[in-house]
Amino acid sequence: MKNYVQVETVQMSFGTRKGVFVALKDINLSIARGEFITLIGHSGCGKSTLLNLVAGLLMPSDGILLCADREIGGPGPDRGVVFQNHSLLPWLTCFENVHLAVERVFSATEDKAQLNLRTHEALELVHLTHAEQKLPNEISGGMKQRVGIARALAMQPRVLLMDEPFGALDALTRAQLQDELLKIVAQTNSTVIMVTHDVDEAVLLSDRIVMMTNGPAATIGEILGVGLPRPRNRLELAGDPEYMRLRSEVLRFLYERHAHPEAA
Amino acid sequence: MKYRRFFGEHLFHPLIGAVLFLVVWMILAQSSEALPGPLKTWDSAVALFSDPFYNHGPNDQGIGWNILNSLGRVGVGFGLAALIGIPLGFIVGRVEFIDKMTSPIISMLRPVSPLAWLPIGLLVFKAANPAAIWVIFISSIWPMIINTAMGVRQLPQDYLNVARVLNLSEWKIFTKILFPATLPYMLTGIRLAIGTAWLVIVAAEMLTGGVGIGFWVWDEWNNLNVEHIIIAIFVVGIVGLLLEMLLVKLAKRFSY
Repeated sequence: MKNYVQVETVQMSFGTRKGVFVALKDINLSIARGEFITLIGHSGCGKSTLLNLVAGLLMPSDGILLCADREIGGPGPDRGVVFQNHSLLPWLTCFENVHLAVERVFSATEDKAQLNLRTHEALELVHLTHAEQKLPNEISGGMKQRVGIARALAMQPRVLLMDEPFGALDALTRAQLQDELLKIVAQTNSTVIMVTHDVDEAVLLSDRIVMMTNGPAATIGEILGVGLPRPRNRLELAGDPEYMRLRSEVLRFLYERHAHPEAA
Repeated sequence: MKYRRFFGEHLFHPLIGAVLFLVVWMILAQSSEALPGPLKTWDSAVALFSDPFYNHGPNDQGIGWNILNSLGRVGVGFGLAALIGIPLGFIVGRVEFIDKMTSPIISMLRPVSPLAWLPIGLLVFKAANPAAIWVIFISSIWPMIINTAMGVRQLPQDYLNVARVLNLSEWKIFTKILFPATLPYMLTGIRLAIGTAWLVIVAAEMLTGGVGIGFWVWDEWNNLNVEHIIIAIFVVGIVGLLLEMLLVKLAKRFSY
């Protein structure tokens, strides 16, 4: 399916005390099923706003968003969200956190044992079977983020939305989780939209990189196709000329043509 | 090393405080004829606590019965306040227009001494015991409403986003997110409420009479038994401290 997620002439403005603030303008984007898209741009460019629009947490001021040919009218289990700060409920164990999502989506059609099995499988996918009964505060930041991914994937969403999911992690953990995500996405054939400000992350993971101009009234500046063959290996790619070219392409967009307003 | 630290931090300093306190008390007692010293009070306390649960009719019962009666009143008044105040707090915290509607009234009534409500209680219930419970109810309900509402209002947006993304039902939102997130605030409200209630019960019972530590103090004043009054002060203090410690422990269990 070519236009699995469609964003058509979307505009987003917020009412503030100083008047109307236009965050996003003229956003057009069409995402195919199974595609991995990253949104990149300087902070304040509205990339998270765009993600929240697809999630249905925000409603556009103008334009329309579609997911599988249906208008997005609010949040729904067909779009799984992984939050930047994991947003696990601290009073529930990892298992219960994931189970909460599973239960909501599948309890109408499946019995208790099947729901439990789904939860186990989701946690197994992110290699956390050993930490199922732990509370979020008892595990590391990287593990929490993996539970967040498991929770989103367990709902079997049409689209996985990730808002800087690895932004708060150290570089080594981040790399490890990126590799895991690559495997999971290959395994589940998920459609992913991910917000990031990490150029390497964008090139390594994406099929297409959506580069955004600076706000206010930010829009899509350029879309860069990443033709690197999968499965991708970070070590092999490190010296790959095509990888280098794509990387500097993104860097040039971010730092030459659309340098951060404060830095310019 | 550990042994010394234990003595240094947990026993030594409080011990100095206690000794100083007793010395000052002794000096004061020496210079005043009416005020009994620590030793005299201690003897009296030993005699009093050797038989805490005697019962010689409604006007002469052991100190144990008096304490239990007071605790009972606090328990009932406080329990009713929790039963009404906590759900009310949830509503006030969740529904903005009810919050705006009620907050001026609550702000106005909260600083009123709960004892001012005693005549209203006597008028409505036409009996002393329910009136005392009513006063405890009034003193406990404000912190319960205010703290619960505050907890609901301070619910992190993240958790609400999770609820929206997972499309949870209202019941699930309440049981899995709202209630556990608010629990620590609620427990703070409960702690404040119990503290005030225990503070107020002595004065309320002085006015209403019956079996209870407050009226006991008043009774002993009429008997001019000053030792017993001092003992009562200690008893009220220690029971209050125990209640506080119990609730702090409970709160720790539910902090994430």
